[in-house]
Amino acid sequence: MYDFFHNTNLGIVILTFAEALALLVPLLIGVAYLTYAERKVLAAIQLRKGPNVVGPFGLLQPFADALKMLMKETVIPSGANRLLFLLAPMLTFMLAMLAWAVIPVNEGWAIADINVGILYLFAISSLGVYGIIIAGWASNSKYAFLGAMRSAAQMVSYEVSMGFVLVTVMLCVGSLNLTDVVLAQRTVWFCIPLFPMFVVFFISTLAETNRAPFDIPEGESEIVAGFFVEYSAMSFALFFLGEYANMILMSGMTTILFLGGWLAPFGVEPFTWIPGPIWFILKVCLCLFGFLWVRATFPRYRYDQLMRLGWKVFLPLSLLWLVLTAGALMAFGWLPNA
Amino acid sequence: MITQILFYLFAAVLLISAATVVSARNPVHSVLFLILAFFNAAALFLIAGAEFLAMTLVIVYVGAVAVLFLFVVMMLDVDFAELRSGFQRYAPIGATVGAILFVELALVLGGWKLAPAASGSLASPMPPGMSNTEALGRLLYTDYVFLFQAAGLVLLVAMIGAIVLTLRDRRTSRHQVIRNQVDRKPADTIEVLSVGLGTGIRELGIYRPKVVEEETVATADAHGDGGHGAGGHGHGH
Repeated sequence: MYDFFHNTNLGIVILTFAEALALLVPLLIGVAYLTYAERKVLAAIQLRKGPNVVGPFGLLQPFADALKMLMKETVIPSGANRLLFLLAPMLTFMLAMLAWAVIPVNEGWAIADINVGILYLFAISSLGVYGIIIAGWASNSKYAFLGAMRSAAQMVSYEVSMGFVLVTVMLCVGSLNLTDVVLAQRTVWFCIPLFPMFVVFFISTLAETNRAPFDIPEGESEIVAGFFVEYSAMSFALFFLGEYANMILMSGMTTILFLGGWLAPFGVEPFTWIPGPIWFILKVCLCLFGFLWVRATFPRYRYDQLMRLGWKVFLPLSLLWLVLTAGALMAFGWLPNA
Repeated sequence: MITQILFYLFAAVLLISAATVVSARNPVHSVLFLILAFFNAAALFLIAGAEFLAMTLVIVYVGAVAVLFLFVVMMLDVDFAELRSGFQRYAPIGATVGAILFVELALVLGGWKLAPAASGSLASPMPPGMSNTEALGRLLYTDYVFLFQAAGLVLLVAMIGAIVLTLRDRRTSRHQVIRNQVDRKPADTIEVLSVGLGTGIRELGIYRPKVVEEETVATADAHGDGGHGAGGHGHGH
């Protein structure tokens, strides 16, 4: 049996499919309940109740919403480019799923434990902008196009500082493999020595996922709903799910790069009794709560403020910290693999 | 076997999409096919075992350069019928360039096949037992670090040149001082008054908008905001 699954082509294909399913099904349920959690958390912060009608505590609300979306009619505007219009939400959703192939939930639990895991994640997350640009252009609508342009500029700008943060982490690890990144944090999680980079990275992930306070591509008070103003029913739902899956993905990246992945805090007794994947999920939930908390607390950034923050604050700061880190590693002989 | 099938699959899609880039009528479709071509090239790199180059191709070309292409093509209203009219005039030049490139490629690849000893004279062959990320890094940042820095400087000069060419005079545009906006306190802009029942604020001697001579009296405490005026500063609280 082991031989069949690991040494024959058919077996490897079946095993990979099974692994992908085992990851994607919990992920999609997670996405569904993230929408629920968002409404509950926002409600609690704003002294409301939130969804509480469908099922106990409103727990079935996400499924009711999904069913509603499925039943609705997909409206395609007459001036739209039909093929690209339908391709864009699928692309967004697929890219959000695709990146999970390299995320290690526990030691050796990544579907593809590749050598260049960090670069793969960076590559996939930099492609996310296409779904938005294509949607904005294919809709043939002013608001959608304005949203797409804002989004393209925003995501490209924040990728730069995110790249420098990744380089800083790579320097401290000496490898591009995500499992190595987590194992390098056995003594201390990177969020402590690289704290400024942690903050920069978290804020950049907010911008990269178009979340509040950087949700100007949607900006419903200015450009209606930005790039997905023309979308309805399932095509809208795919954008929605893609955005939330991206939030979980970015939280997973933050967890792996800065919060020690599946490692228990301090690596001491009572914490190590809890298995690694649970720690991973808990840390991802903590980051996600940060996303929701920020959304409930801060007003939307103005467009020029956003660009200023990305290029004039984060870029020099991350560049400076990169040089400092490299210098410290060199001066104290802490370079890995040296 | 599977490697061969994958190679021919990616190579075929690459060639077809490359041909479509040139022949597509809609320029946006052209750029999208260009992206598809980049992707398949990255997949070919992966098959050849050059995973670092594959990822860099996707990050740099697909993630950044092609986004800008797409941006420009979507924003500019290019008349492609007019561009297409010159097709026959430029076809010979294009064909010549293409032919030269093809011959050169054939020479390079043919050299590989015809003279296998040529690969022995490589200046820096792939060291055994080292991932290609590490090998490339060692080559770029250790062996040829000064050339690498020089290349970076050339790019920096090009970037500064572009900025100098497009920089406009700041005095003609209304400049924002972010620090003043951030420093603004509610006390600078909001005044809480207790207005008696039935009396309008006008009777208390308060006019909205404030009249000029009142402004000069009140500037002592609200000077920090003086230069901005009321419009255009939506610094939310």
